Amino acid sequence: MSDPVETTALTKRYGEILAVDQLRLHVRDGEVYGFLGPNGAGKTTTLRMLLGLVRPTSGGVRLFGRPPGPGYLASVGALIEGPSFYPYLSGRQNLRVLAGHAGVDRSRVPGVLDTVDLTDRADDRYGTYSLGMKQRLGLAAALLKKPGLLILDEPTNGLDPAGMADMRRTIRKLAAEGCTILLSSHLLAEVQQVCDRVGVIAQGRLVAERTVGEFGTASLRVAADPLAEARDVAGRLVGAERVRTEGEVLELDVEPDQASRINTELVRAGIDVSELHWHEPDLEKTFLELTGAQSHVE
Amino acid sequence: MWSNVRAEFAKHARRPANWLLLGIAATLSVVFAYLIPYAGLSGATSDAPNSERGLDSMLPAQFVSNAIGGVPVFVGALALIFGVLVVGSEYGWETWKSVLVQIPSRARVYGAKIITVLTGTLILVLTLLTVAATASVVVATVESRPINWPGPADLLAGAGGAWLASTMWASLGMLLAIALRSVALPVGLGLVWLLAVQNLLSAIAAPLLDWVADMQKALPGPNAGSLVASLGARPDTPGVAELVAPTQAALVLGAYLVAFTALGGWLLQRRDIH
Ligand SMILES: Nc1ncnc2c1ncn2[C@@H]1O[C@H](COP(=O)(O)OP(=O)(O)OP(=O)(O)O)[C@@H](O)[C@H]1O
Ligand SMILES: [Mg+2]
Repeated sequence: MSDPVETTALTKRYGEILAVDQLRLHVRDGEVYGFLGPNGAGKTTTLRMLLGLVRPTSGGVRLFGRPPGPGYLASVGALIEGPSFYPYLSGRQNLRVLAGHAGVDRSRVPGVLDTVDLTDRADDRYGTYSLGMKQRLGLAAALLKKPGLLILDEPTNGLDPAGMADMRRTIRKLAAEGCTILLSSHLLAEVQQVCDRVGVIAQGRLVAERTVGEFGTASLRVAADPLAEARDVAGRLVGAERVRTEGEVLELDVEPDQASRINTELVRAGIDVSELHWHEPDLEKTFLELTGAQSHVE
Repeated sequence: MWSNVRAEFAKHARRPANWLLLGIAATLSVVFAYLIPYAGLSGATSDAPNSERGLDSMLPAQFVSNAIGGVPVFVGALALIFGVLVVGSEYGWETWKSVLVQIPSRARVYGAKIITVLTGTLILVLTLLTVAATASVVVATVESRPINWPGPADLLAGAGGAWLASTMWASLGMLLAIALRSVALPVGLGLVWLLAVQNLLSAIAAPLLDWVADMQKALPGPNAGSLVASLGARPDTPGVAELVAPTQAALVLGAYLVAFTALGGWLLQRRDIH
């Protein structure tokens, strides 16, 4: 089967601004792909081109192997740049109208309302919804077609922490059910929590594409004296290949629960441990480096 | 396609603004075609406009011409606003993207909107006819006059002409909404044209300049006015004047309707949705 998303040299120019530049995006079946970039990087423009809302200046788009044309979005659901509905209709009526446009049975409506936990307020006018409720209705609309591919543009925008956690849970659940998901964000940490792979876009170009793990994992940092001896002891404990010297400290690729055992063993070996802490990789720094330096990925 | 039409109907049937437009059209129509002339006739305000129409014009036999008399002006204006709302609101609320990710065929959605506009203007014309008929029966009853109805041919021609003219204005509204991707400016500009520029041309420019008088005969407003005039609307109504023959007027209006609709569809098809 063809990949859910495939673009070739996708380009969009708005006058002087090159919003998307020769972008090659590949999303594989069943994965959750994070499309990451700072404000104005070209995320929304790219997603709009995928959906046929914006015409590429050059380059091509295929979803499930199909170029734009009849039946193009048959199994694609999307939420682009915030939700938008008819304010005088209720949430439920809005979904019925959109189900009508999509050509899906309106019996889908109660189910998707339930998925986003909006059944209680479904009969209130959309105009009276809070930002978070609007966003959830947007996700509900994206689910009407039982999509095999879900395209979500900054889906956690405007959500409170509980709402964000709900959204991530829903995304994981959909992914577990086999739905391919392409979601954009400008927050690396957020993308890391739900995505399998991440593509980083800056000024319209894909500057990096990695699995989430390749962005670095957390490690245990130990400042000890003498350092060489500490390294030997730690190497015997967890395996020499998991121990690195980073300047004045040791960096150990271990699980957090091993920290106290390592500490005990080092002290027992007569080593002076002055510091032992859990170190998270500086994702934001990585991100800023990637998006600041315009290295181009092939 | 049918499911798109149903979706559009559901949107617009529930929209309070559309019913407001219909209510205003019906009210204005009764006020200017019946209430004021009747008040003038019974001497309450002897210098009220249209008072010379006489009682005969308010009886059921004449109700079609009274119902369609407002088409070249306020009914056309309200139809134009309706056309703007049907398309322009999708820009205003940014709902185009919500619709077009459900169904990427813009042609189908646009087709559904055209059917919605045709239906809306038909409801408008039928409402005006019903209201005028009711008012004329009231007048006849109060004045103890016999109730004679116009023939079915007059009724059909009147309804058809009014439908054609109001749909033409609505299609101009749709085109302006697509061209300007909004609601407020298209409504404003459409009304400036329909209510101000057109009247300035016919009242001031046409009598002075021959070429303006000739050019007028090709413009939508004077053709709408000519068509309803030929269908019985009284020439003392603003905008109603038989400048061109009825067949020509109907053809010109039809041509504008097709041109506005086609141009709107073409623009919608080729532009990006933001
Ligand atoms: N309709 C438009 N006309 C002109 N320029 C545009 C238009 N839409 C987008 N752009 C430009 O294209 C570039 C990319 O914009 P885009 O909305 O795709 O960014 P984004 O990655 O989604 O940013 P954000 O995180 O802020 O949503 C920006 O420089 C923007 O100004
Ligand atoms: Mg964006």
